[in-house]
Amino acid sequence: KGIIANTPKRLRDLIREIRAAKTAAEERAVHHLNSNHTKKRHHPPSRCRNVAKLLLYIHMLGYPAHFGQMECLKLVASPKFSDKRIGYLGAMLLLDERAEVHLLVTNSVKNDMNHSTQYIVSLALSTLGSICSPEMSRDLAGEVQALIKSNNAYLRKKAALCALRIIQKIPDIMEMYIPCARSLLNEKNHGVLLTAVCLISQMCQLSPETLNHFRRLVPNLVRILKNLIMSGFSQDHDVNGVSDPFLQVKILQLLRILGHQDSAASEQMNDILAQVATNTETSKNVGHSILYEIVLTIMGIESESGLRVLAVNILGRFLLNTDKNIRYVALSTLQRVVQADYNAVQRHRTTIVDCLRDTDASIKRRAMELCFSLINGQNIRGMAKEMLSFLADCGSEFKADCCSNLAIAAERYAPNKRWHVDTLLKLLAAAGNHARDDVVVAAVQLISEQSAYQAYAVHQLFYYASQDFSQQPMVLLACWCIGEYGGGLFSDCCADGLETYSAKSPEEVLGLLEQALLSSQSRQSTKHVAVTAVMKLSTRLPHQEQQLLDSIRHLAAYHCTSSQLELQQRSVEFSAIFRHHENIRAALLEPMPVMEGRAESGRDLPAGSGAAAVASGDSAEVGDEVAAAAAAAAVAATFESLINFDDSSTGGVPNATIGLPNAATNSSSMLATNNSNSVAGPLIDVFGDLGVSEPAPVSEASALPALPPIASAGIAGLQLSLAGSRQQSNNVDLIIRAVNLGDTNMTNFLLQAAVPKSLQLSMMPASGDCLPPAGGSVTQKAVVTNPNGVSALCGLKAWSGLKGLG
Amino acid sequence: AAMIRFILIQNRAGKTRLAKWYMHFEDEEKQKLIEEVHATVTVRDAKHTNFVEFRNYKIIYRRYAGLYFCICVDIGDNNLMYLEAIHNFVEVLNEYFHNVCELDLVFNFYKVYTVVDEMFLAGEIRETSQTKVLRQLMMLSTLE
Repeated sequence: KGIIANTPKRLRDLIREIRAAKTAAEERAVHHLNSNHTKKRHHPPSRCRNVAKLLLYIHMLGYPAHFGQMECLKLVASPKFSDKRIGYLGAMLLLDERAEVHLLVTNSVKNDMNHSTQYIVSLALSTLGSICSPEMSRDLAGEVQALIKSNNAYLRKKAALCALRIIQKIPDIMEMYIPCARSLLNEKNHGVLLTAVCLISQMCQLSPETLNHFRRLVPNLVRILKNLIMSGFSQDHDVNGVSDPFLQVKILQLLRILGHQDSAASEQMNDILAQVATNTETSKNVGHSILYEIVLTIMGIESESGLRVLAVNILGRFLLNTDKNIRYVALSTLQRVVQADYNAVQRHRTTIVDCLRDTDASIKRRAMELCFSLINGQNIRGMAKEMLSFLADCGSEFKADCCSNLAIAAERYAPNKRWHVDTLLKLLAAAGNHARDDVVVAAVQLISEQSAYQAYAVHQLFYYASQDFSQQPMVLLACWCIGEYGGGLFSDCCADGLETYSAKSPEEVLGLLEQALLSSQSRQSTKHVAVTAVMKLSTRLPHQEQQLLDSIRHLAAYHCTSSQLELQQRSVEFSAIFRHHENIRAALLEPMPVMEGRAESGRDLPAGSGAAAVASGDSAEVGDEVAAAAAAAAVAATFESLINFDDSSTGGVPNATIGLPNAATNSSSMLATNNSNSVAGPLIDVFGDLGVSEPAPVSEASALPALPPIASAGIAGLQLSLAGSRQQSNNVDLIIRAVNLGDTNMTNFLLQAAVPKSLQLSMMPASGDCLPPAGGSVTQKAVVTNPNGVSALCGLKAWSGLKGLG
Repeated sequence: AAMIRFILIQNRAGKTRLAKWYMHFEDEEKQKLIEEVHATVTVRDAKHTNFVEFRNYKIIYRRYAGLYFCICVDIGDNNLMYLEAIHNFVEVLNEYFHNVCELDLVFNFYKVYTVVDEMFLAGEIRETSQTKVLRQLMMLSTLE
């Protein structure tokens, strides 16, 4: 160990002392002593070096050593090589690029660059390459250029990299280096080639004109690369049997820059790329690094499709490699190219799916993202199965993303609705508490649309919720569905002949809801939904037994004194329904219409105003809000407009001015206020194609100037017609006429109208509330004021008897 | 840009054996970076890849006995190549110090800087031939 023997004594002792210090405090004490000693200015010249070394060691360990800067400068100025060496090292480490002291070094560096000894020149170059401020660069640019042309290869290399550093600092100087850089490419010396390629790459990246200029060099580069791989064994630069992989990679990078978006240049590279790809030995990492660079280059230039397929296949082979580094690199690159080369990547799908089971989390994540990019209509079933099993086992950091992504994929590619419902439910079961709200919303939307599968869905949900109460998103969904579609639970359900779910008794169902209301595991949102569900269930029961109704009353009233405002409000209001408004309870809690607006557009952008609030944020509230709104709106004024309220009124709450002919004005006002408490958006949501239960009369958007009379479709024997006339510029008089064309007497007839918020509606009392069959009619007058001059929309709904006609 | 941002050699306890910076950081920043790199790299074991995302760069690292050799590069750089570069560098150190161990790096830290400067410069790989580098280093040591 001859080298250690040369280390001067003082340094060794210091290092020993520092290492011997057992605690941080001791170490600091040692440093303190030594810095004091070092700060003394009077050192004999031979010890200057050692002092400097001490300084550097101290600095490396993280202690402040700025007081040593002047020492370093002194050393740099000394004529002795060993002094200079330490001095420059110190300068590199201690001198901040932005400190003014920095400039003092410039002069020494300049002189040293013209020195006769190559080692001193090289020191200066190294320093310049490491710490280089714009001012310094400007001063020394000329010297560097001269050195690039020096006849010493060693110095040429360093000078080239210095030039690189300089043009990074001052891009304008680039011009002066172009000719010499070009000539460097003719060298045989690998080191010089390497640095020249670096320099040219940097220049091309900084300036597009230079890029064009250097494009002409593509044939030269191709030739160099070819020589590299053909010339066989070059002892010096060989790594594991591959000749100078670093140079190969750098050239490939430069080719990528030059060929990017330029088909002529790319054309010239095609052959060599294919050649290197096939000739490179892949038993070791070196080979792989070259192949990887080739793939990147192929993808970055305008290559022909055969070459691109070759690249993807290389990546596919990487995936099968046992070295996880290589798999990781392959997965990241595949993710980048999957859009462009979809089919080629699809071929490797099975391997990618296998990577889901890797032990490294970053590999798993990339495999997961890639899998989602590869799902399409053909492989959805198989892929969904894979992703579900992945979801069940993976770590919690993946669950939320996986769940949401799988829900999107399921929506886009579901082969049939039953599968879709099934998958969403399994998804929620697997994701547990990590499922995001948007998945729950999507499930609600889906179930409300698929009337055929509602009973099935409810049974499934009941099962899941009773199994594992801690999975809150699932429980929330279950509560909502039980409330809305609970009727299905009370009879057996045979799902497409596969499984049969037995009927549940009302007590069981209420038991689950009770658990939801009372359990400490329930989140607030779950409790909200549960309260409403309990209420809704009161109208869905197979028989209106008093005992059941009593328990429902009890449950509804449970949270009347809750400290959570929302919960208390719901509890109180629902109890009030039992107390005061028993007669309209059933009407209030009718099944909701299907939610519209999200059906066509898929998940991210709900079309139509209605769904806007549905998708936004608090989904847990949504289902419930809509329910509450539905309840309130049923009397206060449930309106449906078959048309989306257009631009002017998106999101506006329809104003409910009610012309209730008789009775229950109290209740209407209370519920009217309740109505205004409900969130704006969901109220509009009720407006959609009813489809399910209530048929609807047509409502019509009336343009301002003229109002032609409109006949509506006659449904259930009721015909509504709307006639209007303009009174003044902003007012429209509407006369709504309802004619009973059917056979049955319609009593308690009630007509309601709604308009967007920007308009005002006032309704006069109707002419009567009884429609005798075969032609009996009732007219009602309404005035619509349109202060803003927007196009007006109006929704109409008619009621007869306790249950609405529609 | 696609360059090396810094090179660090640390031991398992977090002590820095070499720190070479190719872009400007304040001193406090440097300390913070060193600590962050240490925290990021030492929790990973053999079943992790040798690449880890770090701020808006990435770190290619390899562990040799008790020392972590870390190179911080830009996102677009070739991971596998820098892994080779680390190994190349370590092999040169091994030759130069004759079966290098951590103590060699400690007592001769300024010489390690010389080796680094022979092989890397201005954030790029400069010389890859081990024989050439070793020859150069031998020449330099005769001038001592």
